[in-house]
Amino acid sequence: MTDTRHQVVVTGIGLVTSLGVGRQAHREQLMTGGTPQKVTDSERFAPYTVYPLPEIDWSTQIPRRGDQRQMENWQRLGVYAAGLALDDAGLKEDAEACASMDMIVSAGGGERDIAVDSLIVEESRKRNDREQLLNEKLTTELRPTLFLAQLSNLLAGNISIVHKVTGSSRTLMGEEGAGISAIETGHARIAAGQSTHCLVGGAFVSERLDMLMVMEAVQGLGKDPEAAFWNSDGTANGMNLGTAGAFLVLESLEHAQARGAHIYARLDAVLGDRGSREGERMEQRLAGLADETGASDDGDTVVFSGASGYPDLSARERAFLKSRFPSAPVRTVGALFGHSIEAHFPTAVALACMALDDDAPISPFAAGEDAPASTAANAAIVTSVGHFRGEGIARLTRMS
Amino acid sequence: MSKAAYKDHLGRPLVAVTGMGVVSSLGQGVTDNWAALTSGKSGIHPITRFPSEGLSTRICGTVDFIDIPAPNAVERSFAFARETTIEALAQAGISGDFGGPLFLAAPPIEPEWNDRFNLGDRVKPEQVTGNAYEQFLAVLREKADPTYHEAILFGSISERLADSFGTRGLPVTLSTACASGATAIQLGVEAIRQGRTDRALSVATDGSVSAESLIRFSLLSALSTNNDPPEKASRPFTKDRDGFVIAEGSATLVLESLEAAISRGARVLGIISGCGEKADDFHRTRSSPSGAPAIATIRAALEDAGLSADQIGYINAHGTSTPENDKMEYLSLSTVFGERMPEVPVSSNKSMIGHTLTAAGAVEAVFSLLTISTGTLPPTINYDNPDPSIPLDVVPNVKRDATVTSVLSNSFGFGGQNACLVMSAEPA
Repeated sequence: MTDTRHQVVVTGIGLVTSLGVGRQAHREQLMTGGTPQKVTDSERFAPYTVYPLPEIDWSTQIPRRGDQRQMENWQRLGVYAAGLALDDAGLKEDAEACASMDMIVSAGGGERDIAVDSLIVEESRKRNDREQLLNEKLTTELRPTLFLAQLSNLLAGNISIVHKVTGSSRTLMGEEGAGISAIETGHARIAAGQSTHCLVGGAFVSERLDMLMVMEAVQGLGKDPEAAFWNSDGTANGMNLGTAGAFLVLESLEHAQARGAHIYARLDAVLGDRGSREGERMEQRLAGLADETGASDDGDTVVFSGASGYPDLSARERAFLKSRFPSAPVRTVGALFGHSIEAHFPTAVALACMALDDDAPISPFAAGEDAPASTAANAAIVTSVGHFRGEGIARLTRMS
Repeated sequence: MSKAAYKDHLGRPLVAVTGMGVVSSLGQGVTDNWAALTSGKSGIHPITRFPSEGLSTRICGTVDFIDIPAPNAVERSFAFARETTIEALAQAGISGDFGGPLFLAAPPIEPEWNDRFNLGDRVKPEQVTGNAYEQFLAVLREKADPTYHEAILFGSISERLADSFGTRGLPVTLSTACASGATAIQLGVEAIRQGRTDRALSVATDGSVSAESLIRFSLLSALSTNNDPPEKASRPFTKDRDGFVIAEGSATLVLESLEAAISRGARVLGIISGCGEKADDFHRTRSSPSGAPAIATIRAALEDAGLSADQIGYINAHGTSTPENDKMEYLSLSTVFGERMPEVPVSSNKSMIGHTLTAAGAVEAVFSLLTISTGTLPPTINYDNPDPSIPLDVVPNVKRDATVTSVLSNSFGFGGQNACLVMSAEPA
């Protein structure tokens, strides 16, 4: 990246995961020297294990019942986490700041109506005129508003409605890569002076049969509830989906300082790439991304790995991190939070910001595998290797 | 040319268009589309992709003449985008790896019903317990289906385009609903202005018309039910307009910094001089009654271009033919253009090609640039019963010759999405 006209800083964190609601709930478990305990559910979607939505009172960020009813949990979670980030940045009540705030959301699709889909599949077994059946059932059974709960860009749309963020609204799609691109785009625009403040993030709900089906189409999901994330040979045990809503407020340093905002960390660089993963191609790309983002393990650097849990792919990522950043302890995000696809990279960047804002070292996420850190982190590297495609790296630095 | 001639009013690199490709229900390629569009031809036809008996809407503007290996939205959207990109790169004279970023507007994909039925057929009698998805999961645990996986991932269209054309880095796949095409262009313009690249590929494609997508829009009362005759259904700005016609298409624009384009001797087809956006917080499907966000978007695009409303010679309207959009669009335009409004021609390509949804902003950007380069304003067809509350010069029914140096193109979408582009002739 050639453009360094404006430094980009993070001034707001909105995070909801299976571990809890809000930055403080995560801090208590990750930054106080304890051993964080993962929260999983292996019963409801057996044989799959998911990291579920924590207990949450939607009305604290989505006060109107009518708004809550217009959404399913995926959109609710994103709108909720976005509200937390705005609150955390001290911008929630600043109508002017929200009206000029840019927004980039990494999104998948919303929940399908499992009952309607099941009804149609059931009926289709008895009938030969399946297309006619489809027309009849969809016309009579589909709830009109469900379309809006499914549309990818309506997470952003609901954030505009509920939180009045209306400077701009862009929704990026494409699994893990969407999360990388969202932060990359927000960073690039602020660095170049095209934007001064931007809400960026995404949400993912793991407790969805339709989403489990997508991932199981390539048999990517882990099925052993007792298995640890990492095996002793360095491979992983399969992907377990994790619910997460993660939003950040990015600002130019000048914009943040002018309003006296608390700065969690500086986002120095974000880049993504993609291509063949044959041979050493993926490792070469990751090395290129590390070069271009200036990522190194100098000083007190901690690495937040977005490894999906795919056995060999994650082993390759781990080996790369070990050879490229030998002295940096790794935090395996998926081991503690599950894999949250579009929200995974934003979640990892949010965690990195928390680590860079604290005086204490961040606890290991994968017990026995992630090396403990003796001092607080001064720099962070966030990696993403998409379960099917796309890689990304972000580099962040302590500001306080 | 001096260095200054390559910069805009804010000292940013001017962004030129050096290649364009388009597919719509009117046909394949810029030449055929422009000929049909300027002769007032409609591409709207009865639905043949799936049975439509009994549905309130039985017409569409689907693209059914491009071969696809499997009938799903990913294959269709990719095939359209591939064709328009081949055309655009050929026009730009770029062969080999493109070497710049890809910004792709693509439809949010839902799995095809045929695939669900096929999965359902694979369920063994002993697996028929629980809901359909529990049954599908049992089937997939026994035998993976990577083809199905790839057909439902949002990243799979840009992946193939990136491989086919050698774009650089991680492609951006985006959706801003019916403004997506304009957003894809805006992202390309921004990347060039950031100095991150000399060139960018902006593509917008939509091959997602299916029974379910049609019925979903129908249930929101968004679609025209003027089924007979199909070509008369889309009638923007008329008194009896009753909804949009769902359609498909794709467009590709090769964007380059003007300096890079000139230095390699490329022919400049026009300049993307301004982009504006503003989100609406009023309602999930309806625009603010005041039109304030759309007004702000138009003004932002003009300001970005460094132009006043007086310098716009033609407006390529969003013009969906829904009662609400056309009324709101008139309110916004007339607020910005004021007393000059009656003198500014405003036409809707959607009267002929329907609403190409994700692709619309880019398809209409191509037509806007052709308007400048050919000096021909495409008409708004089916303008037989003007809405007296929308007193616009819609270039009714027949094309018109006019010299235009700057065009405004509007895109508004569900979810409060508003994006406007200003396109201009190459600076003399």
